[in-house]
Amino acid sequence: MKRGTLLRVALGTVLLALVLRPAWFAWVFAPFAPEGGPIIYERASLLSLSLSHLGLVALASTAATLVAVTLAILVTRPAGAAFLPLSRTITNMGQTFPPVAVLALAVPSLGFGSGPTLVALFLYGLLPIFENAITGLSTLPPATMEAARGIGLSRRQRLVRVELPLALPVILTGIRLSVVIALGTATIGSTVAARTLGEVIIAGLLTNNTAYVLQGGLIVGLFAVLIYDAMVQVEAFLFRRLGGQPSETSE
Amino acid sequence: MIEIEQITKLYDGLPAVDSVSMTVDTATITVIVGTSGSGKTTLLRMINRLVEPSSGEVRINGTPTGTLAKHVLRRRIGYAIQGHGLFPHYTVARNIAAVPELLGWPKEKINARVDELLDLFSMEPEQFRDRYPAELSGGQQQRVGVARALASRPDLLLMDEPFGALDPIIRARAQEDLRRIQQALGSTIMLVTHDMEEAMHLGDRVAVMDEGRLVQHGTPAEIVLRPATDFVAEMVGGVERPLRLLSLIPVSEIVEEGSAEGDALAADTSLRDALSTCLWSGRDAVPVVQDGVPMGRVTLDAIRAQAKGQR
Ligand SMILES: Nc1ncnc2c1ncn2[C@@H]1O[C@H](COP(=O)(O)OP(=O)(O)OP(=O)(O)O)[C@@H](O)[C@H]1O
Ligand SMILES: [Mg+2]
Repeated sequence: MKRGTLLRVALGTVLLALVLRPAWFAWVFAPFAPEGGPIIYERASLLSLSLSHLGLVALASTAATLVAVTLAILVTRPAGAAFLPLSRTITNMGQTFPPVAVLALAVPSLGFGSGPTLVALFLYGLLPIFENAITGLSTLPPATMEAARGIGLSRRQRLVRVELPLALPVILTGIRLSVVIALGTATIGSTVAARTLGEVIIAGLLTNNTAYVLQGGLIVGLFAVLIYDAMVQVEAFLFRRLGGQPSETSE
Repeated sequence: MIEIEQITKLYDGLPAVDSVSMTVDTATITVIVGTSGSGKTTLLRMINRLVEPSSGEVRINGTPTGTLAKHVLRRRIGYAIQGHGLFPHYTVARNIAAVPELLGWPKEKINARVDELLDLFSMEPEQFRDRYPAELSGGQQQRVGVARALASRPDLLLMDEPFGALDPIIRARAQEDLRRIQQALGSTIMLVTHDMEEAMHLGDRVAVMDEGRLVQHGTPAEIVLRPATDFVAEMVGGVERPLRLLSLIPVSEIVEEGSAEGDALAADTSLRDALSTCLWSGRDAVPVVQDGVPMGRVTLDAIRAQAKGQR
């Protein structure tokens, strides 16, 4: 536990420094830069790229969460059960479509910039959240559900007070997967001129500058690791709250 | 008063509950017994309409249950199920407060009620109020489940094997608690069990179900003395019948003038326990006291006469 916290603080500090004071790391990346070429990416501020990257991911994941959870709620109601297979097929299709193809298809209608990237991230985010929300909402403890009906909660009250809170840890796992996928996928967005950290990586690839590639990759990777970890902590907390086995042994 | 009239539930054309009628008086405990699959749970769940009857009607104090919205009906009926069904994400206090909250009770009244119920079930409010169900023992969870069902002082309390998961000692304690609370509050209770011992012990009335039909409905003594069918006779346990009968009668009923040696029994001891005391201590008679005042004695012969039954 103690060591985990230390590691978190260390990684967070490195990430902040990488984004805010990239010049401090010139000596690290120097060996990878081409002879006499630039070492640190300076065409745009890494901070603004990071913020734009995270903003795109947050926006797309929020939209995907809202849509996927709403859809999952609808198809787990008795009236919506008939649509379950159809909705599964649709979200699965969203996932099998390669991201680059989504970008390519979206550019003609949405133009270059963040639009196509948002669409791609949104489509990719749907499936894990949808699948997990369905699992969470359809594997609730039967005795608790029986009691919820038995004490006179209306359908709506059951959903809001019992079903969603109990399914929350599982839904959060889906959101976590989806966010991590989106953090990585967003880099591709730079091919259609979205402002993301992918810009640094692509610039590196175009100019044969491995230092850029490493820099961009490292920042995206650290964001993914730290965000993933934070969400695991939240899930674990909720899971313990909901009567899961407290994992005292790991303390 | 609960009136159940000709109530039937068909599953795939087969009756799970077959035209059952019975009347349950206010402030009594009716225990429904029967083998597994005899329709006890289905009968109980038709009363709060968790299961819709195929035909027939239930009236609570004259109001047919079909005329109320389901959630309104259910908020008036306490419901405790096997496996407690507590909300794992609510504290003990919030679990117990669930129905009063739905009914819009003021906060102070709810808090007072929660503490009162925890006290009734011998769970220190300070200690248990803010715990989560996962932090309770199985027996404590079950008691909180029953407390939740009692919280809004419902007209009627339905309990489906509420003590199923408890060990014999805790189970006996929980039964005593329930009896005491029922008498204090004057609640009407319908309780399902497949334990005849529990039925005899708790029930003012016992209803025996067999293959969806109500085969006998009467006082525990009637059930033991005059079983309506071979099935009921088997349920009350062939060779144990005299003992069951004795367990229903307190010594005060057959106490006689005279004295006897040795430790005395309290007047409300059952004849079964009195018999056991006689056999164990090798005495033919045991003194009886009421509130510490000698009442007389009870003899082995008198007990034997009671156990003979009527034929
Ligand atoms: N939803 C359902 N669909 C079809 N059949 C059902 C359903 N619920 C109950 N049954 C059937 O109705 C009959 C009575 O079931 P019920 O649950 O009332 O029995 P029970 O007396 O409570 O048994 P136990 O002591 O095992 O709990 C059983 O044969 C059962 O299979
Ligand atoms: Mg049952």
